[in-house]
Amino acid sequence: MRTTPIPVGYVPLVDAAPLIVAQEMGFAAAEGLRLDLVQAPSWSRLRDALSVGQVDAAHMLAPIPVATALGLGGGATGFEVVSVLSVNGTMIGLAAPLAAAMRDAGHGFDLLDAAAAGRALIALAPTPLRIGVPFPFSMHAELVYHWLSMLGLPSPQSLIVRTVPPPLMVDAITAGEIDAFCVGEPWASQAVAHGGAALLLAGKSIWSWAPEKVLATRAGWANAEPELSARLIRAVWRAGRWLDQPDSRSLAAELLARPEYLAVGAEVIEHAYCGQFDVGAGLGLRDVGAFVTFHDGAAQFPWRSQAGWIGSQLAARTGLDRASAARSAEATFRSDIHRAALARTSAVLPAASSRVEGAFTRDSQVPGSHGVLHSPRNVFFDGSKFDPSAS
Amino acid sequence: MPSRLSIVIVEADPDRAKLIVDALRDAGEYDIHIIAERAALQRQIQLHSPDVVLVNEADPSRDMLEELALASGPLERPVALFVDRTDEALSTAAIEAGLSAYVVDGLTRARIKPVLDAAIARFQMVNRMRTELAETKKALEERKVIDRAKGLVMRARGIDEEAAYALLRRTAMEQNKRIADVAQALVTSARLLG
Repeated sequence: MRTTPIPVGYVPLVDAAPLIVAQEMGFAAAEGLRLDLVQAPSWSRLRDALSVGQVDAAHMLAPIPVATALGLGGGATGFEVVSVLSVNGTMIGLAAPLAAAMRDAGHGFDLLDAAAAGRALIALAPTPLRIGVPFPFSMHAELVYHWLSMLGLPSPQSLIVRTVPPPLMVDAITAGEIDAFCVGEPWASQAVAHGGAALLLAGKSIWSWAPEKVLATRAGWANAEPELSARLIRAVWRAGRWLDQPDSRSLAAELLARPEYLAVGAEVIEHAYCGQFDVGAGLGLRDVGAFVTFHDGAAQFPWRSQAGWIGSQLAARTGLDRASAARSAEATFRSDIHRAALARTSAVLPAASSRVEGAFTRDSQVPGSHGVLHSPRNVFFDGSKFDPSAS
Repeated sequence: MPSRLSIVIVEADPDRAKLIVDALRDAGEYDIHIIAERAALQRQIQLHSPDVVLVNEADPSRDMLEELALASGPLERPVALFVDRTDEALSTAAIEAGLSAYVVDGLTRARIKPVLDAAIARFQMVNRMRTELAETKKALEERKVIDRAKGLVMRARGIDEEAAYALLRRTAMEQNKRIADVAQALVTSARLLG
């Protein structure tokens, strides 16, 4: 088979792994593809590169395609999400003085109890509380808003969510520009190691199944290039499956650590895959279980209801109509394209393309394309649910 | 007569910033501010209340400006990313030059275009200079490696410099590689063997 090159953009983070692994471990080559991986210094840069056609596909924060569909943020052509690249993988941390105050007040820093952590934080936080996130349209921002507003902290009076690019997060927390942050790895651990910060809560404790990064393409590209896009989706799907095998993680960390990719120590990457964290402030190590998921539980399936939740949250904050925003949002997550690409593989996909987000209080079995599908717990910490058919 | 456009340039490197300022001064009369410090970037920009913000695409702090595009508080000015569908050729040229511009909503194209044209041209020039510098540096590095490899071959085989170079070149040609790569492999192996 002739090898076709595809330019694919990414931001150097541990959850860019499916794209890097697809190229390095031969999953792309098996589909007759060569991924020309292009590193971007910022999300806005990557969004523009995809918009004007410098890349054909990109690693992207799940809320960016939704925000673009709602006309929020910098102008861009529309995007479509053909796969989810990763579920969860964010961490909330505190500046040293705030962490010390919470420790002295007796908070246990288990990283998993969102209600307890949030109440303890609100009790001691300055007003307004300033939290740094990587981008205005990010799962980080959505999780922080949902968490603290559900616990009664109003925004913007008492909560300011501010954009701080992850490489600058350590400086911002040390300089007192922000009181807390929500960021992916390796940056949360870097803030602990170099900024005196302490970790407070794994993002998955707010929403246990939050779509974090997605594989985005320009609207219309996948339909215009059905063969090429299907090969890309399959290669990335197999890379995700490989990544979620425990044996793969050391090698994956080695690959990502290379100077041309993340250029950090492999051990910094591996601990994120294993869910082991140094809390900082002398509080010791914690194991949060699966910190980031690439494949298990059909993690790569782009549920329309995931986009619906994001759209509805963005609309509520920016004063748009929630129901119509949810509908525009849902159209960007192309579960149909994802499904068609994987039709003749061993992938077990869900029978439905939309579901009530937050309604699965335990791991369960749901009907799949062939046989049953393991469906992981999917709850919000406050018990809230998003029913796409209700809007 | 509209008031002069106020332009903020976000650029940490003073030499680079000066080049852009010079280009803008040639293009017209503007109030220009340079912000070199990325901490509290949003606050600093709001302080100047600019009509146009120019930022280097390679800088991760660009994402901080996205927030300004959303700002709608009473003291904040609405800022829109110029790179949109209204002028695709200009937008694409800016992106390819590695330049991003945020522009206050409602400014006419006639007032913005000279600013962007000048900035794009200067960005392209600076990028070219940087590429050339990188190439020169690489060539120098390779020269050094080839010299060390030559020395190794001379000592091991007891031949003179010219013969050592000829041997390296022949090996490179046989293996369809560059001389610098063959030399690098030899230097690395020699280091491994002690």
